[in-house]
Order: sequence, then C-alpha cells, then structure tokens
Amino acid sequence: MKPFEYERADDVAGAVATLERDPDAKYLAGGTNLVDLMRLRVETPSRLVDVNRLDLGGIVVEADGAVRIGAAVRNSDLAADPVIRERYPVLSRALLSAASGQLRNMASVGGNLLQRTRCVYFMDSSKPCNKREPGSGCPAIVGVSRELAILGASEHCIATHPGDMAVALTALDAIVHFETAAGPDSLPMSGFHRLPGDDPSRDTNLPPGALITSVEVPPLSFGGRSTYRKARDRRSYAFALASVAAALDVEDGIIRDLRIAVGAVSHKPWRATVAEELLRGSPATPDRFEAAIRAELDIARPTEQNAFKIPLVTRLVVGVLDELAHP
Amino acid sequence: MAATRIEVPRSAIAITLNGERTAVEVDNRTSLLDLLREQLGLTGAKKGCDHGQCGACTVLVDSRRVNACLTLAVTLDGAEIHTIEGLSDGGELHPVQRAFLERDAFQCGYCTPGQICSAVGAIREAKDGWPSHVTEDLSAAAVVLDDEEVRERMSGNLCRCGAYANIVPAVLDAAGEGSDDGTDLPRREEFHPIPSVEEVAG
Ligand SMILES: Cc1cc2nc3c(=O)[nH]c(=O)nc-3n(C[C@H](O)[C@H](O)[C@H](O)COP(=O)(O)OP(=O)(O)OC[C@H]3O[C@@H](n4cnc5c(N)ncnc54)[C@H](O)[C@@H]3O)c2cc1C
Ligand code: FES
Ligand code: FES
Repeated sequence: MKPFEYERADDVAGAVATLERDPDAKYLAGGTNLVDLMRLRVETPSRLVDVNRLDLGGIVVEADGAVRIGAAVRNSDLAADPVIRERYPVLSRALLSAASGQLRNMASVGGNLLQRTRCVYFMDSSKPCNKREPGSGCPAIVGVSRELAILGASEHCIATHPGDMAVALTALDAIVHFETAAGPDSLPMSGFHRLPGDDPSRDTNLPPGALITSVEVPPLSFGGRSTYRKARDRRSYAFALASVAAALDVEDGIIRDLRIAVGAVSHKPWRATVAEELLRGSPATPDRFEAAIRAELDIARPTEQNAFKIPLVTRLVVGVLDELAHP
Repeated sequence: MAATRIEVPRSAIAITLNGERTAVEVDNRTSLLDLLREQLGLTGAKKGCDHGQCGACTVLVDSRRVNACLTLAVTLDGAEIHTIEGLSDGGELHPVQRAFLERDAFQCGYCTPGQICSAVGAIREAKDGWPSHVTEDLSAAAVVLDDEEVRERMSGNLCRCGAYANIVPAVLDAAGEGSDDGTDLPRREEFHPIPSVEEVAG
C-alpha cells in the first residue's frame, strides 16, 4: 500500500476544504472498498480524510414524510431500522442481501453508493483498464465478462455498478445530498451514477471532492409493497449476477403504479422505465410482466459470456412482480 | 550505498484492548489485524484473505463484529476492541467457546477464532431483533434463530475444513443459553469511550 497522510475530520466544511486543497485525498468511511483497493494499488490516495466522526448519522422522518438517512449510517443499522422495514422493505431486503454481517456493520451509506466495480481487470493493477487507466483499453469486452454489463455499456467499458442498496434507492427515486466548496447540492438517484460512454473513469456525476451528507427517500404510498430479489453464484455473501428492486400498486388486478430497477446489468442501477410505462394501467398478469421486461431488454447487448443475464433478468422481474401482485 | 530511510506517516492511537488500555504508534497503513498480530502479539485473529472475503480476522469493535483486515488501526483511537483472547473470563470460557468445544465445531481451527467472534456478534444482533436475508417477516420484532438463520448470519465466515455441520448447532446452543444474551460484553450504548490521544493531549 502506498503511504498516506491521515486526518480525522471534525466538521463538514473542514473535510470539504481538505479535498479542495488536495485533489489526491479521499474520504474514508467504512473502508471496506477503499482499503481493499488501496491494498491492490488500484487506489493510491495521498491522504485519507476520516469522515466517521462527522455528525452524519441518523434516520429521520421529515415533516413531508420523506426519510432522511445520514451518509454515515451503517448498512446493518439501516436494514434493521423499523421505519425502513415498514415503509421501504425493498431497501432493507437489498441491504440484507449484500456482503456479510461483518461488512454490513462497517459499510456506510455514502461509501456504498460510491463502491467501485468488481470487474476483475479493474481490480488487477497489472492489467489494462480504461476505468483505472484511461486509454489503456478494455480487456473485458473480449475477456472475462460473465458478471459485466448488458445495458448501456460502451466500446470503452462494460463495467457494472455491483451494489445492491443503490438499486433499491433508484427504484425509490431517492435523492443524494452532498456538500462541495460551493455549498450544498443534490442529485436524484436517476442521475447519480452515469453510463461509461467515452469516459469510464467517472462512475458518477458527483462533483470532485463532494462529500455525501445524506440520502433522502421520498414518501411512496405503496412502498410497503416492495421487495428485492438477487441471483448469485452462491446463496449468501456474493455479489449479484442480476437483481431486481420493485414496488407495485395494484387494485382489482390492474396496476395503478409501479417501480422497477435492475441491478448488476449496467454501469448504473437500471431503472426499467420502458417496462414501467407499458405496465402502468395494465392487468397484473405474468404474460404482461414478461412482455414489458422483454421490451425493456430489447436494447441489451450482452457478450457471449453474459447473454444468460437476459433470460435471468426476465425471470427475476416476472417472479418479483408476480409475488408483489399476490401478497 | 547507505540505505535511505523512507519516512512513512505514522499516528498515535489509544485503544482499550480486551479491557486494557493500550497506547501504540502505527504506520497509517497498518490494519487492525496486523496491529494485533504483528505489533501486539495477539495471533488469535487470523489472516485468511486480507480482502474481507473469509471472516478469519473477525473481531469485535465497540461490540460489533467487523473484519480486522479492512479496518485501518489509525481510525480506532478511543475504540473498545475484543479479540478471541479476551472473550474468556479468567479461566471461565465464553459460552460460545464452550459450545464450539462441546459440539466439536472445528477441524484445523484456523477459522475458529473468527467464527467465535462472529457468532458473539451475530447472537447479539439477533437478540436486538435485526432481521436477516432469510427472515420472512420483516415486521417481526423478535428473531427466532434456526439452522437457516444461523447459516445466513454466519455466511461471512468461511471454513475450508467444512465444519459447518457442527458450527451451526454450536451457535444455536450458545444463542439459547439462559444467560441474558450469550455475550458478556456491554452493549454499544453502554461504553464510556476512553479519552482519545488528541483529547488527552488537549
Ligand atoms: C467480500 C465483499 C463482498 C461484498 N459483497 C457485496 C454485495 O453483495 N453487495 C453490495 O452491494 N456490496 C458488497 N460489498 C461492497 C460493500 O457494500 C462496500 O464496500 C461498502 O458498501 C462501501 O462502504 P464503505 O463505507 O466501507 O466505503 P469506503 O470503502 O470507506 O469508501 C468507498 C468510496 O466512497 C468514498 N466515500 C465514502 N464516504 C463518502 C462520503 N460521505 N462522501 C463522499 N465520498 C465518500 C470513499 O472515498 C471511497 O472512494 C462487498 C464487499 C466485500 C469486501
Ligand atoms: S482476512 Fe479478513 S476477511 Fe479474510
Ligand atoms: S476448521 Fe479448518 S478452516 Fe474451519
């Protein structure tokens, strides 16, 4: 690991100012991704600004019914929170499907959003990778791509956002609040992660040096009728091959409203807007579910190794919507 | 040619380790696992992968189970740490240690310190009503542990010898043991954090 300076931030403004002064510095939260990548020499920060003692905790129900989650809240505390379990089971379920008990105790909301891809070429600093070293090439496109993207990839990068929490937050239209030297700002989840295009080095639209302070989940009348399903190579403690976060509002067999987001298929959590549009107002039947997700996946461009994700996502979505339609 | 000394940034921290106040200076890069094993001579926690993928390094920080390999020691100023060496009370084994012995829940023993510390944390989490991936009813206030729940909650600890068939009943035994919650550690809220190095230095 490359040597680095360490400092403990006492206040948000000070933390932001440090990163403004030293662009090679990084924030440190749970460390479960950053420390790992530093050990692999994928990340080589000059300085770590420890944000764990900032006042960024708490899960608060606001006057308008939105729930504001502090960036430092640990994944385990968020998953177990009674308000989240009741109002947004999809978020609890997504968190509980991720990593291990130990890692969830360490991982924070802010760090989870910014966890980097698990593409094997990105994580191996001896290999080319356009995300790690712009212009060096993408060996994954013709190489090991089983886990990687089928939607929205580019000729420069087929990495995926590997996380679970962000998929649920995308389905829930959450808003990420952050602080920069210019003051507070926010991004909706739909515009938080980005597609790789010709600049895969950037995972998100977060401005450089921005400190995530909280995530706001707006009220959703049918949020209680939501869930998360994840397909993976082993039953626990594994990243998703594909996952689905969904919420459904059905009356008399007709879909009034719904949310669908698909995970581990793209550089960003994939909000299935095409499928949602087709299903709003339609009967809640498996054949309609299937037709809708097929339409969504029409633009999928898999590699030979990950073509299995198309039928996998199709079955996951049909299964989850069917489960939500018949509680 | 004379060897050049490269100055690497170091920091002073004070922790409470198995009940004893310990002040140390660490290279900022040192993990909690390396601090324990290489600097403080506590070799109970094991290094299986150094990447958060096996659980052999599991210890308790402020009563919560964590992977010591991904925890930077420099972040722990003021923290309370319990390792396998600190679980027994004098000559009296911790209920989870006893259950592992009684159930013969290991073969080579390499994963065992991590399994035991993880079980202590997992039992506490279940008593606190935390659901798991396999919990059917998220609204249930109390958790009922069974084989499936224990397997899921302990999935962060791999055992290359495959002693799982005995680990699961050992954890269930310890969880069911009459004593308040199968752990003798104070709850997180009950800690009175020791003053950090900075605070002492004023
Ligand atoms: C073995 C293993 C298995 C895993 N399995 C899964 C899984 O199945 N599903 C899943 O979703 N995840 C999984 N993870 C990933 C895990 O969820 C992430 O590593 C974790 O959520 C990152 O959070 P952290 O607080 O530890 O972040 P850190 O490692 O501390 O930071 C990650 C990044 O976020 C930045 N950062 C942190 N906080 C802030 C902030 N407030 N503002 C701005 N930037 C910030 C850091 O600078 C860094 O770049 C796994 C990890 C491991 C090691
Ligand atoms: S050594 Fe820490 S998880 Fe394997
Ligand atoms: S007993 Fe040998 S690894 Fe678990």
